[in-house]
Amino acid sequence: MAETRPRIGLFVTCLVDLMRPSVGFAAVKLLEQAGCEVAVPRAQTCCGQPAYNSGDRADTKAIAEQVIAAFDGFDYVVAPSGSCASMIKKHYPGLFTDDPPLRAKAEDLAERTFELVSFLTDVLNVEAVESSFSGAVTYHDSCSGLRELGVETQPRKLLNTLTGVEIREMEESNVCCGFGGTFCVKYPDISNKMVTNKAAFVAASGADTLLAGDLGCLMNMAGKLQRQGVAVQVRHVAEVLADMTHEPAIGQPAIGEAADEESIAS
Amino acid sequence: MSGSREQIMATLRRSLKREQPSAEERAQLEARLSAPQPGLIPARGQRPHGEQLDLMEEMLVELSASVVRLRDDAEVPRAVADYLKGENLPPKLRLAPRDDLRDLPWDSQPLLEVAEGIAEEPDTASLTGAFAGIAETGTLMMASGPEAPITLNFLPENHIVVLRASQVVGAYEEAWTRLRQRYGSGVMPRAVNMITGPSRTGDIEQTIQLGAHGPRRLHVILVEDGDAAGGSDRDERQA
Amino acid sequence: MQSTSPAFKDNARDALADQQLQKALQNVKSGFIGKRAKARDRLPEFDDLRDASRDIKNHTLANIDFYLERYEEKVTESGGQVHWAATAEEARAMILKICRDVDARVVTKGKSMISEEIALNAHLEEAGLDVVETDLGEYIIQLRKEAPSHIIAPAVHLTKDQVEADFRHHHKDLPDERPLSEPTQLVAEARQMLRQRYLEADVGITGANFLVAETGTSIIVTNEGNGDLTQTLPKVHIVIASLEKIVPNLEDATTILRVLARSATGQEFSSYTTFSTGPRRAEDPDGPEQYHVVLLDNGRSEMLGSEFQDMLRCIRCGACMNHCPVYHAVGGHAYGWVYPGPMGAVLTPSLIGVDEAGQLPNASTFCGRCEAVCPMRIPLPKMMRHWREREFERHLSPKAVRAGLGFWAFFARRPELYHRIAGWKMRALAAFGRSKGRFDALPFTGGWTKHRDFPAPQGKTFQQLWAEKQTGGGRR
Repeated sequence: MAETRPRIGLFVTCLVDLMRPSVGFAAVKLLEQAGCEVAVPRAQTCCGQPAYNSGDRADTKAIAEQVIAAFDGFDYVVAPSGSCASMIKKHYPGLFTDDPPLRAKAEDLAERTFELVSFLTDVLNVEAVESSFSGAVTYHDSCSGLRELGVETQPRKLLNTLTGVEIREMEESNVCCGFGGTFCVKYPDISNKMVTNKAAFVAASGADTLLAGDLGCLMNMAGKLQRQGVAVQVRHVAEVLADMTHEPAIGQPAIGEAADEESIAS
Repeated sequence: MSGSREQIMATLRRSLKREQPSAEERAQLEARLSAPQPGLIPARGQRPHGEQLDLMEEMLVELSASVVRLRDDAEVPRAVADYLKGENLPPKLRLAPRDDLRDLPWDSQPLLEVAEGIAEEPDTASLTGAFAGIAETGTLMMASGPEAPITLNFLPENHIVVLRASQVVGAYEEAWTRLRQRYGSGVMPRAVNMITGPSRTGDIEQTIQLGAHGPRRLHVILVEDGDAAGGSDRDERQA
Repeated sequence: MQSTSPAFKDNARDALADQQLQKALQNVKSGFIGKRAKARDRLPEFDDLRDASRDIKNHTLANIDFYLERYEEKVTESGGQVHWAATAEEARAMILKICRDVDARVVTKGKSMISEEIALNAHLEEAGLDVVETDLGEYIIQLRKEAPSHIIAPAVHLTKDQVEADFRHHHKDLPDERPLSEPTQLVAEARQMLRQRYLEADVGITGANFLVAETGTSIIVTNEGNGDLTQTLPKVHIVIASLEKIVPNLEDATTILRVLARSATGQEFSSYTTFSTGPRRAEDPDGPEQYHVVLLDNGRSEMLGSEFQDMLRCIRCGACMNHCPVYHAVGGHAYGWVYPGPMGAVLTPSLIGVDEAGQLPNASTFCGRCEAVCPMRIPLPKMMRHWREREFERHLSPKAVRAGLGFWAFFARRPELYHRIAGWKMRALAAFGRSKGRFDALPFTGGWTKHRDFPAPQGKTFQQLWAEKQTGGGRR
């Protein structure tokens, strides 16, 4: 590694922060392993996508300004999500077309912002990782990461360096799972059709673990697979790459907790 | 209704934020129209003329058309008779009214009934010439006129085309150049028909069926006409 | 055509429950996606041609006033007439007048989406004309009195069994014993039925894929040959085209043609690409005696210069809907008007108003597959988002959505408050969900939990755990 360690600002993403902090810690571990120094600005909540995709530009801009300020000064900003990284990288600059100084700042941030796995391979030139995880996995390409950031080969490349892991590609791995942020609650029936298709392809792949790089999609697919009673474990790809799969998979009960639930609630 | 014309033009100009193109803009636009420049031309068709002929044949066959290659015009009547017989079609032909087709030795095929003119029901087979063949996609270009009735290309179930080697070019753009040479710049005959294989439809469950309304079969007789260069400067470079 | 776009959600629910439709929609995926990919892979210049095509249309739109004037001059020079129609109503009236001027009784038609947009058939039929759609798909849906469900495959929502039933019902002379179960037999039956209609027709109406300013030419791209019989056999040929179909010259049209069929059906080139210029010449043995072009605006001149201008590049190939998972799920009719899928979600609000069609630009996950395959590189998701912005500005979005968004944004804009509240909320949620690891029902998540479980959060938020770790007080 270079003598000076790159300073990374971790954009945790709201879903990882709230739902699955272990993904955030996996990201930190992967970045530190690759020689980075990681900080987590506290003045972050969300990238603003829910407001942006609902047509609420005022709130989007306010949130974007907040993110721009919070991540000022880092060499890179990395998010364990193609969707949030893409929001910052591809959409922030367009919010400030009528405000050149802010636009310049947004562009500066956009240039420094990356999705986690592609950052590891494409910027830090990580060739391999080590993990004790083993099993047959299938990988879902989340839309924003795939089509806006070109994340496709990178996660597969790193997964292929794990000796115990076999990738079993599913059919239509690059087709939307039907999550779409607020889409899944605004159009639940259409979303259900899409995630039902996805669950069928996941099951048909024969893999025992489903991986992806975006927690929203993962929660959607996990929720469907579990509702259908399909025994596939669902995890963020960073958990596997960082060898941090001690936490139960998404939607699975805490180990040893099922028996005495009363004691937990206290 | 000139009122609407003025109204539409006014809205367009308001949207464009201009009254008229400036003199300079106008000159550029005029130039684009009077001296059209070819855009990006795929490499596929850009090869020596002999190979263009092979590509033309390959593409046609891929399109479910059939091709026979002849060395001499005089062989055409027999090739036509053989084709109709081979496809189990009546020995009848509606011929495009052009000298080069009329003057072929039809006497050599006494069983073949040959009539000239536009296509009419229930004509089963037509024989036409072509204006050009475009190797890039196996496309035939027909230019309508007294010698090339449009109906012959569409009405009969079987369309036979005599295409001369010299008419085959690599790209559509080369055919446009030849068309402008023939008709003048900015002038077109009533119909230019680019035909790429027989009629087809996928409208029923997206399965491809031939012969929807136009010809079910397209048969191309590719004749060497001793002018293989075909006026293409590319071949001189290759030679 | 009366729109049912406001009922999109109900339409979608019905479509999802329609087994026959769901079976037919499988053909969209299998019939188009692989073929397009193959055609793209076979032409190394494909993506560069997309760029070139985009640039040509951008140049044309920036000078559309000049090119339309020149186009009109050239049509007139070649013996045809251009009729400018500001509205659908005006276009319908013009076409009826042309038909009446030649005492037309039978009108044949090639496939035209503009004709659907202006609801031409109903207008001509009310005036007593016998209107015959000749494209096989259009013919089938005309028998069924339906609208097309796809812009290039109008009957893609039907199975062959449904088509057989329609033919047996409507074709009076069809013997019962004649087999019609296979597509080949159905195509032959339609061919035979329509043959006579071409010959009887007094007027033939087609659309146009392009209009060429250099020569005053209209171009149609078809596979069946019906468009050519329609425009060649009758005395009168009427072209109905919207004004953004204009391109400068034949070379420009050619460049775009190279991406059109490949994007649409995955063909290298469609079977018939026909360039029509004026009526038959004095010495021509066939062709129409009159050539009219009805040039329709219907709101397009207002799209120029707006954030929806890019949509005017659309060449109606259908690739966006062929690749759209929402279209795959519900089909074209659910969209409720003429243009379905992603291109319809952008265009329809422009043409019939966002109050009416506001559902359509919302019914997208922004997966971006449409933009990825659009030959004209139209940023469809971006423009759908622009519609959502207009709805939000005009307070057209549902109240519950606005309220929820406002509540969320209040906290999202106040990180300290957000982290504190998120911290205890997640711990509570985690505590309730820990034993199962997920919820099958939760308050305010009906849209989610109706169809899938909701995973329980792990417990503390990342920010809490991180803060604990930094101060050395955490237990992880």
